Amino acid sequence: MTDLDQQQADTLAALAAATTPDAVEAIRVGALGKAGWISALLKALGGMTPEQRSAEGPRIHAVREAVGGAITARKAALESAELEARLAAGRIDLSLPAPTTPRGSIHPVSQVMDELAEIFADMGFAVSTGPEIEDDWHNFTALNMPETHPARAMHDTFYFPDEDEAGRKMLLRTHTSPVQIRTMLAEGAPLRIIAPGRVYRSDSDATHTPMFHQVEGLVIDRGIHLGHLKWTLETFLKAFFERDDIVLRLRPSYFPFTEPSVEVDVGYTLVNGQDGKARRVLGGTEGWMELLGSGMVNRRVIEMGGLDPDEWQGFAFGVGVDRLAMLKYGMDDLRAFFDGDARWLGHYGFGALDVPTLSGGTGVRA
Amino acid sequence: MKFSLSWLKDHLDTTADVTQIAEKLTSLGLEIEGVDDASAALSAFRVARVLTAEKHPQADKLQVLSVDVGSGQPLQVVCGAPNARAGMIGVLGLPGAVVPANGMELRKSAIRGVESNGMMCSTRELGLGEDHDGIIELPADAPIGQSFADYQGSDPVFDVAITPNRPDCMGVYGIARDLAAAGLGTLKPVAPARHEGKFACPTEIRTDDPEGCPAFYGRVIRGVTNGASPEWMQARLKSAGQRPISALVDVTNYVMLAYGRPAHAYDLAQLSGAVVARRASDGEGVTTLNGKHSLLDRSMTVIADANGVHDVAGIMGGEHSGCSEHTRDVLLEVAYFTPANIARTGQALALTSDARTRFERGVDPAFLDTGLDLLTALILEICGGEPSQVIRAGTPPAAAKVVGFDPGLTLRLGGIDVPRREQFQILNKLGFHVGILTNDEFGEFMADNLDGRWDVIVPTWRGDVDGAPDLVEEVVRVHGLDAVPSTPLTRADGVAKPTATPVQRLERRVRRAAAARGLNEAVTWSFLPQAEADAFADGNGGLWSLTNPISDDMKVMRPSLLPGLLMATRHNLARGLDSLRLFEIGRRYLRGDGGHSDERLTLGGVLAGEKSQRGWQAGRAVPFDAFDAKAEAMALLAEAGAPVDNLQVLGEAGSQFHPGQSGTLRLGPKTVLARFGMLHPALLKQFDIASPLAAFELFLDSIPAKKGASVFARPAYAPPPLQPVRRDFAFLVPDTLPAADLVRSVRGADKVAIVGARVFDAFKGAGVPDGQKSLAIEVTLQPVDKSFDEAALKAIAERVVAAAVKLGAVLRG
Repeated sequence: MTDLDQQQADTLAALAAATTPDAVEAIRVGALGKAGWISALLKALGGMTPEQRSAEGPRIHAVREAVGGAITARKAALESAELEARLAAGRIDLSLPAPTTPRGSIHPVSQVMDELAEIFADMGFAVSTGPEIEDDWHNFTALNMPETHPARAMHDTFYFPDEDEAGRKMLLRTHTSPVQIRTMLAEGAPLRIIAPGRVYRSDSDATHTPMFHQVEGLVIDRGIHLGHLKWTLETFLKAFFERDDIVLRLRPSYFPFTEPSVEVDVGYTLVNGQDGKARRVLGGTEGWMELLGSGMVNRRVIEMGGLDPDEWQGFAFGVGVDRLAMLKYGMDDLRAFFDGDARWLGHYGFGALDVPTLSGGTGVRA
Repeated sequence: MKFSLSWLKDHLDTTADVTQIAEKLTSLGLEIEGVDDASAALSAFRVARVLTAEKHPQADKLQVLSVDVGSGQPLQVVCGAPNARAGMIGVLGLPGAVVPANGMELRKSAIRGVESNGMMCSTRELGLGEDHDGIIELPADAPIGQSFADYQGSDPVFDVAITPNRPDCMGVYGIARDLAAAGLGTLKPVAPARHEGKFACPTEIRTDDPEGCPAFYGRVIRGVTNGASPEWMQARLKSAGQRPISALVDVTNYVMLAYGRPAHAYDLAQLSGAVVARRASDGEGVTTLNGKHSLLDRSMTVIADANGVHDVAGIMGGEHSGCSEHTRDVLLEVAYFTPANIARTGQALALTSDARTRFERGVDPAFLDTGLDLLTALILEICGGEPSQVIRAGTPPAAAKVVGFDPGLTLRLGGIDVPRREQFQILNKLGFHVGILTNDEFGEFMADNLDGRWDVIVPTWRGDVDGAPDLVEEVVRVHGLDAVPSTPLTRADGVAKPTATPVQRLERRVRRAAAARGLNEAVTWSFLPQAEADAFADGNGGLWSLTNPISDDMKVMRPSLLPGLLMATRHNLARGLDSLRLFEIGRRYLRGDGGHSDERLTLGGVLAGEKSQRGWQAGRAVPFDAFDAKAEAMALLAEAGAPVDNLQVLGEAGSQFHPGQSGTLRLGPKTVLARFGMLHPALLKQFDIASPLAAFELFLDSIPAKKGASVFARPAYAPPPLQPVRRDFAFLVPDTLPAADLVRSVRGADKVAIVGARVFDAFKGAGVPDGQKSLAIEVTLQPVDKSFDEAALKAIAERVVAAAVKLGAVLRG
């Protein structure tokens, strides 16, 4: 073994023994630094004869390569070990809870109204609105309920002491039907609208609250008849409950603003829920429940809406939004809808991203 | 309206069973609310003979019976009834039977150690009466082992909801007519015996109010005996839910329930002078049969004699002249009262009665004589006596109404093609006549020629029918609504067009944005208690306050969304919630023009309790503060499309808010888009809330609509080619200077170069003189064509400082 070989072996051994980056650096300076022994050898090359140089040169360069590579490798290994050690010391307990953000919710009434808007938009219905503090002309008279009409008494109306400038009594609308009149007067015909909103009746128990939500539907066009009403309700209810086995039963009834008038029952099946309680699930014909009132718009109402009843006819329907929500999503006490109880809202509410769409489905499964 | 099957069969010849009748009634629009079929409930009870009765070994009051139910094998039954004894025949409920009175299912059991295989029943237990002193005793010939339901015989009772347009069906006869028209049997004609008067009516009868009482028919029957009405009539009345009173009263009730024809019977001895239908005078009063004293006015029609009012016409009779067991001579009143007047009077006096229900809906104006004949015949039969001649004062409005009808309308409006002949038959069976009008006289039936347009004569009992659509309804409901074929609406070409208005889109977007930010949407009442509403009434022209609220807690329409949310907050805090984020989108109700309301779309929110819980990272729980309310308000306004960069924070959030920790967000000095902040402790105390609370209210109606054409394409993307430069400035400013003012000034110092400025530190205390604060602002400078050189940066900095100095700021060294 030559001196050079020995020196290289010594240096590599020293490197292997070095345990800190500083020690490695000292070795580097001793070998490759300005006064390092390899640097000295390289300088010495300049004073050699060409023959010597071609013999020694490659050897010296090989040593430099080997030592230089070893230094880099050792340095990297030590740095990496040091980093690992540092990271190991920085270990944290990830079973601790992460920060949370509160989860908001959409009220079932809003969600169902959005669902209705989506379904009816596909059938070409726009959404109309009207005031909740109404006058008795729009709420009753224009809907073919003159002052002494017995149906007025059935409405359990909330009145204000006020009259408008035309001397009409102000009241809380008892149904969304005044929107029919307002929309016909404002927009004429043809028309396809739904009108969801708050309505008020002086009534209170588990299924009646003095305020509740209704959605009105109105179609005015040429040649509209009861068959269209039936199709519209069937199509809507099948889409809303996302079931094809929805069966409707139409019963003759009476509303002053429609003629003929039709009460609509929907068939249900009793299904045992997870809690062991039998629930009515819409679909099938095991039993019938009353769902909504409807009919062909009375000629007088069309006239009150400023349209010619010989040219235009149509149908209207009204259904409880809260009731639709209860039937679809399983709440059993209407009063809880209006408590603002955060636990109830969390339980029955919907996520911000549960936006009803036709492609994704309008309903949100539990 | 309740009636029994046997009563229906008085008027309808039918072989249909209870189920068929019930289904048909519902399909006709006479909705069945229930069928009370006692036989169904009693089918598990048997006629049984007590063979032996021994004393119970363990109980003094019990006996152990051996009972024969015809099965050959006597059953052992424990019984506590004092009348249980060997040889008697009673009713035994077997295990599995459900006791009608309490819904209890009978089981085989041991009573005080003795096996019992059923229960001997009392009248009350079977729901057949009130008797509970002992068990039922049946006659000796009762067949042992027969189902008690069969032995007893049963008369199912229908309960039918009658819509207000069908007063003709507020009598069993009218219901029978509908069923007959629908093919469920044959209607039996009404043919009461006509009793001619034996003497002139001793009492003068008049109507002085032809508007309220166009017709008043009457007669006297003298020498009656007013005892109990016969069993059959009592059974009918009971099935209708009426209590039998006395023969005379029961007869009038019976005729009303059977034919929808109310009438009144006066004890003639209590009357003096002419009996007159007239308007009451203001201040006149009467005590009605329900014991209530009513004060009358001149809008109300009454029946009166020389001494005063005896009857609120068509609504309720007076106490004084009602029939009693002493009545010997009776005056019958069969009148026609104008429906609207009855409705008004009934509403004004808050008197309800079966008579009012019928008169205000309109009774058959052509049925007065028949009604009187029916009453007379029944009274003579039951009470005896001798009838006077009939006095007919006035004329009922019984002129025939004619409706022009094109049977093709049934298809055009009803959506179903019913052959003309069937339409004719349906109408005919319902009492409509299809005729032709000639010279104001009704022509002959024209059933052979049903072409063309029909003139349909409406029966007098169908006051509700006044147009062709009503006839379509008659045809369709009898033919069957279920037969109407479902017909699709036309569909516009292509994909459905969007329908939501800008306001609807805004509402939906803001709602979901709020939920996405962690707020729970509530829906609270539109009405508030007075005090809670008053607390938020900010001079909006007066609150809307109900005349007839359902309770004082639901009296006044909300002028703000916050009070309802505060009440919900109280509800939640009382249930132990320590953090609450609630919002609601709805209307607040203000006064508008012309006496109308002004209902404005509003978003309210409350943040109560802890914003963040105590935690291993953050330490203590952090309560909500005014900036949390501001953050929600700003974020939601941004989602609503409000120009949030241009909003100013000003004061005057309202007296409901903490005066130093609240503000308004305004677009210009006047347009308030939102208010936010901590609520005033005094207000919270009023709402019974102990902890501080942040709230915000967004006036969504005030957000200006977006200007310019709405297009999908956005402006071209043009990022600045050069990197922005940031420079920090620290100023000492007067403590009262709003930081936003300083930022705005700084930002305006160089409208080209400065693209952003924000406060990154605000400090008061050590090193800052009293009455001042230190604000540090990071200014972002954006070079356009070339990078800033030192001179340019220096010039901009000088402009920034100069702008700040104008507000009294001093650059900190």
